[in-house]
Amino acid sequence: MWVYEKKLQYPVKVSACNPMLAKFLIEQYGGADGELAAALRYLNQRYTIPDKVIGLLTDIGTEEFAHLEMIATMVYKLMKDATPDQIKAAGLAGHYADHGKDLFYHNAAGVPFTATYIQAKGDPITDLYEDIAAEEKARATYQWIINLSDDPDLNDGLRFLREREIIHSQRFREAVEILKEEQGKKKIF
Amino acid sequence: MKQLPKEFYAAMEELQAVDFVLVELTLYLDTHPEDYPSINQFNQFAKERRRLKRVVESMYGPLQQYGNSYSDYPWNWAEGPWPWQI
Repeated sequence: MWVYEKKLQYPVKVSACNPMLAKFLIEQYGGADGELAAALRYLNQRYTIPDKVIGLLTDIGTEEFAHLEMIATMVYKLMKDATPDQIKAAGLAGHYADHGKDLFYHNAAGVPFTATYIQAKGDPITDLYEDIAAEEKARATYQWIINLSDDPDLNDGLRFLREREIIHSQRFREAVEILKEEQGKKKIF
Repeated sequence: MKQLPKEFYAAMEELQAVDFVLVELTLYLDTHPEDYPSINQFNQFAKERRRLKRVVESMYGPLQQYGNSYSDYPWNWAEGPWPWQI
């Protein structure tokens, strides 16, 4: 089971109301390489991955939910004082018409989340390569959002999340090496 | 929603810092299970985390539920501010 902790993984601050930045950030909430996709991808793969990698997929998958909460907090804080005029100017009128100020699992262009964003191939090395690619794509996305953002407080949180993608990618690369070593052993015996 | 004392913010940040060490060591140990000094460091920080959890909870209320934290009267788990409201 999972146990919720009433605390963010890293402090989230925003300097000012800014619905335009919220629009970009929602990419990491409900986009193809976002935190929801990451959590669902790893926690789904873990049931059939070789035992040596189950712990890693469980722990990274769980951390992704903490990142999802950080993104949600950023979006919430950027949006909460926005007027309908500001929302319109930010290009979020379509979102507002359907969801008000609720968050929703869609990408920056408004395309709703779909399970086709994630893969499960039944081949451990293939799945781990997909995971490495997903982390690198998420890292790149964070960089593009940081480039678009002029909010120093927000960027502090985004830089933390960008660094986590690098760590996860590195751990997955180690997992690939662990599995390769296991496969090598089988050939010897 | 209850007002949080000034000291809460520093204590929460300290807990977040200790938890960062713990999450980093967790992922690292998942792929390096025989690194003895790192396991020692993990256990040492796990102990520090238990101490800090009590400090934060004395100002904020329960951090976890399902029996992982005690409750005051009245039930204060569902009381704000929630993390995104801080």
